[in-house]
Amino acid sequence: MGAVSATEQERSVGHGEVILDVENLVKYFPLRRGIGQSLRREPERAVKAVDGVSFNVKKGELFGVVGESGCGKTTMGRTILRLLEPTAGRVTFEDIEVTALSVEQLKQLRTRMQIIFQDPYESMNPRLDVHRIIAEPLRIQGMVSNSKDAIPYIEKALEDVEMTPPEEYLYRYPHELSGGQRQRIAVARALVLNPEFIVADEPVSMLDVSIRGEILNLMLNLSRERGVTFLYITHDLATARHICDRIAVMYLGKMVEKGPTDSLVKHPLHPYTRALIGAVFVPDPKRKGFGKVLKGEVPSPVDPPSGCRLHPRCPIAQDICKEVEPELVSADDNHMVACHFALG
Amino acid sequence: MALLEVRDLKMYYKTLRGHVKAVDSVSFDIERGKALGIAGESGCGKTSMAVTVLRLLPSNGKIHGGSVKLDGVDIVKLDDEEFRKSIRWKKISMVFQGAMNALNPVHRVGDQIVEAILAHEDVSHQEAVTRAEELLDMVGINPKRYKEYPHEFSGGMKQRVVIAMALACNPDVIIADEPTTALDVMVQSQVLKAMEDLRKRLDLSMILITHDLSVIAQTCDNIAIMYAGKIVEYGNVIDVFDHPTHPYGMGLVKSFPNIKAERTRVRSLPGFPPNLLAPPKGCRFHPRCPLAGDICMEEEPELIEIGSNSHKVACHKVDMLERGVDIWEQ
Repeated sequence: MGAVSATEQERSVGHGEVILDVENLVKYFPLRRGIGQSLRREPERAVKAVDGVSFNVKKGELFGVVGESGCGKTTMGRTILRLLEPTAGRVTFEDIEVTALSVEQLKQLRTRMQIIFQDPYESMNPRLDVHRIIAEPLRIQGMVSNSKDAIPYIEKALEDVEMTPPEEYLYRYPHELSGGQRQRIAVARALVLNPEFIVADEPVSMLDVSIRGEILNLMLNLSRERGVTFLYITHDLATARHICDRIAVMYLGKMVEKGPTDSLVKHPLHPYTRALIGAVFVPDPKRKGFGKVLKGEVPSPVDPPSGCRLHPRCPIAQDICKEVEPELVSADDNHMVACHFALG
Repeated sequence: MALLEVRDLKMYYKTLRGHVKAVDSVSFDIERGKALGIAGESGCGKTSMAVTVLRLLPSNGKIHGGSVKLDGVDIVKLDDEEFRKSIRWKKISMVFQGAMNALNPVHRVGDQIVEAILAHEDVSHQEAVTRAEELLDMVGINPKRYKEYPHEFSGGMKQRVVIAMALACNPDVIIADEPTTALDVMVQSQVLKAMEDLRKRLDLSMILITHDLSVIAQTCDNIAIMYAGKIVEYGNVIDVFDHPTHPYGMGLVKSFPNIKAERTRVRSLPGFPPNLLAPPKGCRFHPRCPLAGDICMEEEPELIEIGSNSHKVACHKVDMLERGVDIWEQ
């Protein structure tokens, strides 16, 4: 594990072409009305999980989406892959409009877009052994007719995730593997179809800190050496800071800030991002004491606050924040922020 | 004399396949008003150590030796009833992992605190209610919410309630087991700040168990790093974070991502912790250790003091480990 300097990491991505374009993506989960509420014709209410998010991801990039629980980051990841149907908005992958595809076309596209789930203990069928877990996507896509034919693909995928020699793992069951090994299998399962784009939804949050690095470095290598593009969804800014090229911060279904990692972490502009970074503890006892955090807790996404959604908790909020929703605007090259007062 | 002195504490779980040595000769001290952080990977025995001190063991868990002295009295020797009456909750209490599950969903929040008070103190119901309201106020929850149910509280508030409960009988020592692990960073910061303020105000001693080294760095005075049921490194947080010396301690500290540091590759420790049914002979870390030699496979290293300031390390190769040399650098 040689140290890869930040400049080296950034240079290798450069200004690539856009592989994924998300435009004004919206996902509401309607709430059931009681019989009384329907009789009184009360309006239907919904959890506004993702409420108008736009961004793009470049080829070979590691794009981080950071936010607290309930901010809509996981829903957004799943809606992009159409594991959940979007309420509105458009997702374009290269020149394919994902949001307009039929089920059959979508199945074809799955060979190019994959997902890694959070929990390596629950995302795998405990009754299948490793080779059948990894063969499943191949079988579904009709790329192999029986599990024997799948072996070469599976061995390659296992080698890609550095589980060598692959023969040793082929016939093991998930319970015989450690957490880190299971998560490698999950990555191998996503890789076996040779996808260009992978949504990694909290891939390391269930793992011990000492082995998180393995999976994160694996993602970094896949992106640098194979040009795989990642959408890394996480609550942990510290890990995002170390592997992502760009980071977007979400709050209550909205993107409040996005920018190149260094710029965002060292010079956060949005009051929410500042508080989030301030609240992260650092493994350095000389920095005792607590950063300033926002008062209160995240409000319900059913009735999000008017105007800027952060205004009830924001230390610099003024009257305009209660009424007018701020747009994401450019602060400098590539660094964008949605705040009325962030830009001076 | 330290407030709490743990010496050679051993606790094994009996299973069909033999004894799981979850806590194996663990020793440490805590002074009044100080906080000790206990760190380690999952399965290293951190939580087992805590429930051993409080004697909240499952039926297959048994203390196989050692002493736990509180103010000079060995509480391992007390009988169960005496321990329950005079020690548990009154002298040592615990904040459990996962506040979401630690509260009973069908009882009012306030009543649950009252229940804890009445179980341990000889007071009237009304006095207990008043005390519960004070406790809620102390952890920053409006006492008017006494009558609400746990589902009406957010995760951070539930965690505060569990802390209030632990404070119900004015204990001297609080054991907090992963008190903020399930919480978001901002709520985590709020809860830990509340705990820190209370600890200072009430001159409490605390054992903070967590896998999150950054929480220990920012809130504790001392740190003990556990591996496979043993303490492998112990010391003042500044010494241990600046000069982690045990190969495992060093790997753990260096693999922890730091948002304030320059961007680097995230490190990891190769391999995984041993099965405690049959831990490796000699030093339990030897199969993962880059420095392991013959002696490490045969003899178990003692926890010995290095330098000053009671920084202790259990490693045969401690002489080779010049301070500052990064043995995991590859």
